[in-house]
Amino acid sequence: MSDMEETEGHPGPAVPHRVIGTPPPSPRLLGSTAVADGGDGDGDGEVAEAEGAEHIVGLPPDDPRVIAHAKRVERIVAACFTFAFIAGCGFIAAYVGLGVHTVDKTLRSNLALGTSLSLALVALGLGALLWVRHLMPNVEVVEERHELRSDPGDRQAFEGYFKEGTANSQFVKRPLVRRTLMLGTLPLLAIPVVLLRDLGPEPGTSLRHTVWSPGRRLLVYGTNQPITPAEFSAPGQSLTIVPEGFTDNPDALAKATVTLIKFRPGELNIPTTTAGDTLIGTMNWTVDNIVAYSRICTHVGCPVGLYEQTTHHLLCPCHQSTFDASTGATVIFGPAPRPLPQLPLTTDAQGYLVAKSDFTQPVGPSFWERG
Amino acid sequence: MSDNFDVPKALSGTGGWLDDRFHGARGFRVLMRKVFPDHWSFLLGEIALWSFVILLLTGTFLSLFFVPSMSEVTYHGSYIKLNGIQMSEAYQSTLNISFDVRGGLLMRQIHHWAADLFMVAIIVHMLRVFFTGAYRKPREVNWLIGIVLFTLGLLEGLFGYSLPDDQLSGAGLRIFEGVLQGVPIVGTYLAFFLFGGPYPGNIVIPRLYILHVLLIPGLILALITAHLFIMFHQKHTQMPAKGNTEKNVTGQPFYPYFLAKGGAWFFFIFAALALLATFAQINPIWLYGPYSPVQISSASQPDFYMGILEGSLRVMPAWEWNFLGHTLSFSVLIPALLPFGLILTGAAFWPFFEQWATGDKSFHNINDRPRNAPVRTGVGMAAVVFYGVLWAEGANDVLADFLQVPLYTITWIARVLVFVGPVLAFIITRRICLGLQRKDAETLLHGYETGIIRQLPDGEYIEVHKPVNEEGRAVLEAKQVPALMPPPGSEDANGVPAPTSRGVLGKARAAVNRAFAETVIIEADGHGNGHGGDGHGPEIVVGEEEHEAVGAPGSPAQLPSGDEDA
Repeated sequence: MSDMEETEGHPGPAVPHRVIGTPPPSPRLLGSTAVADGGDGDGDGEVAEAEGAEHIVGLPPDDPRVIAHAKRVERIVAACFTFAFIAGCGFIAAYVGLGVHTVDKTLRSNLALGTSLSLALVALGLGALLWVRHLMPNVEVVEERHELRSDPGDRQAFEGYFKEGTANSQFVKRPLVRRTLMLGTLPLLAIPVVLLRDLGPEPGTSLRHTVWSPGRRLLVYGTNQPITPAEFSAPGQSLTIVPEGFTDNPDALAKATVTLIKFRPGELNIPTTTAGDTLIGTMNWTVDNIVAYSRICTHVGCPVGLYEQTTHHLLCPCHQSTFDASTGATVIFGPAPRPLPQLPLTTDAQGYLVAKSDFTQPVGPSFWERG
Repeated sequence: MSDNFDVPKALSGTGGWLDDRFHGARGFRVLMRKVFPDHWSFLLGEIALWSFVILLLTGTFLSLFFVPSMSEVTYHGSYIKLNGIQMSEAYQSTLNISFDVRGGLLMRQIHHWAADLFMVAIIVHMLRVFFTGAYRKPREVNWLIGIVLFTLGLLEGLFGYSLPDDQLSGAGLRIFEGVLQGVPIVGTYLAFFLFGGPYPGNIVIPRLYILHVLLIPGLILALITAHLFIMFHQKHTQMPAKGNTEKNVTGQPFYPYFLAKGGAWFFFIFAALALLATFAQINPIWLYGPYSPVQISSASQPDFYMGILEGSLRVMPAWEWNFLGHTLSFSVLIPALLPFGLILTGAAFWPFFEQWATGDKSFHNINDRPRNAPVRTGVGMAAVVFYGVLWAEGANDVLADFLQVPLYTITWIARVLVFVGPVLAFIITRRICLGLQRKDAETLLHGYETGIIRQLPDGEYIEVHKPVNEEGRAVLEAKQVPALMPPPGSEDANGVPAPTSRGVLGKARAAVNRAFAETVIIEADGHGNGHGGDGHGPEIVVGEEEHEAVGAPGSPAQLPSGDEDA
């Protein structure tokens, strides 16, 4: 409406007011229709100008419409704060009255506590906002920025004191004192780092080995039962395997967990591969078309948890490194730099699947000393 | 207002007592009249501040019940589905906070939502500061503090959500350990020292706990204090508007306006977080189960602020270098260091780079409108796209499932987009900025289109244009264009060769300077076409000749100069 007044008696239809840059404050939420809105709340930025809701453009503060407006806002603000009080009491009542200890009760308690807390906070915020925007006069202040740089006099005085102090300290004049001081503090700076040494043991060769050893049985994760090739005869099946004796040892499991996969005859074709003198993959390590691969991804160590029967793909759900289980877990996609190590398998006297040896190469993510 | 009242004796007495001892009236007098400019974008940093306050409040509550221990226990608590399951004490105590402490679930969820909001607010606040050039002299140090705060917030969040020792966060910790191992030379030692031996060990949760509740929040608190103090001391920047100059600050005084508005804002943010915590479940650790290194769930996503690291790991091809008995794993190192390194060090160096490129050493207290700095805005958008692509790639499995596109296709798209996207973003953004500048120049020149079509006596239809009012003009004319440096080989009055003459670096500087100085100028014939590198601001041309071409300013209907209504 005020926009129309600004068009300076322009003949014809009203021209929409276009705002460029920061728009002026939004129209008053509670503005009565009888009171004209300035539409120009950001003012012209001169000194402390009073022009605001209570002072609604052009109307003197003692105008009855202004007083009525303020009275109404006052009541609404007071209602907000009273409501916050009631909601806050509601929170305490819900705390006292509603128990927890089951999922249903917890959710009910959470709903009651959360709703009452939110309402109390919203009411407080709303009350404060209406208060500042409608009851306080819209004072705008222009302040001069002071120069951040110090006066030349101060700078000079500082320089003078600094030179004088440095000269008095003899810091420059006596290099022996200066250098031995620096020497003396050097170890103290190193001590905090040195003290961290006992945070953990040296890695040694522990990343190169797992707890698998010749004859150690493969146990099915979850039931912790050993398994025979005959029990694991359905082609396409896969199982998560943990080493016997370490089923509750997270440190051991973080490296030694294995995925066991059964193939149809002829589907499994692991080429014999070596790295230097070390044999790292061969059909000879499989038993009855059953192959065991490390479950720990060679990328950053997530368990390679997904197996797709039809394509024989092992997929790590963390970063989607994909391995072809039928060809020695070679990498076919993703960031993993090398195949999943193969665990040599055999059977023991009772016919259970056991490890023929430990992995012949380090499992899991790359590390500097791996080579 | 003008109504006077007597200050109650208790208040004035206490005030006097304190002032006798601390000389406080002087400082508080300044504080109470401190001017804070008003703009919606200035509230973004405040969101981060208030989120941090809420984090401290809820975090203190949680620390009263949380047990940072990895000792194995058998659960017999209220959540029956996990009855009899082996778990760490940390996980058990988190279950107890959720199901046995009244208000515990609410506080946990507010805490987690507040952490996410804290990081969102920091990011959006930094974008605001960047795109408006608010980091320019004298505010470079506060910009650097902000970057450190962002990094600390990231670590604080990572360590915090790892504490419950659930399956999801455990996977995150495993990835963290795997990345740590990939660091050349010292990586294995770093991992063994942090975890107190082989992964996962039994000490890492207590260690992360003390970092999470003491060391990092302490640093954050100290830096926030410094950040606010510097902001207070240097006074806040303001947006271009009528009456705003580089030498003044316009706004409302701290007491009572900013205090009341800030308080209301705190309540609203707290309310929003409480509503989220009530109706939007977050981190339901009881559904994930206790951590086991054997298990993993698909579609494991970290909290959003770690998404870019996760996406970088996913997008990376398998590159590794084995030499002399050592392994250098680029497929871990590059994603872990490069994207964030590029963005954060890039951001840290940007203010100084810009000063070097523009030769502008003056103080800036009025913010730029993003369109008026096309190179900066373009580079910012390039960074946003770079970040966005890697962030989205962090959820490539979810995207593949949602869009029904093969997973590897998504990754390949990301691999291409991460390079192409930022370049395109830069080019497009720069064009848009120059286009908007042209529109501004046009608006200054001819006024804005009113949408009113009138028929002239000779039958021609024209659209009525209305001149910009003073407020609008002040905004449009606030454009500052960096000066073009003297070309290589030239000398100043004293015979000193121009800085652009100094070898390869000088040539590069001249080229970058030309890009920064590019702006839209208005030709004398009134057509807002063309832009060039001669560094003239539009106001020169506008002020001298344009009004003649289009009629007196302020006339109710101006005839357009012809090119658009024909």
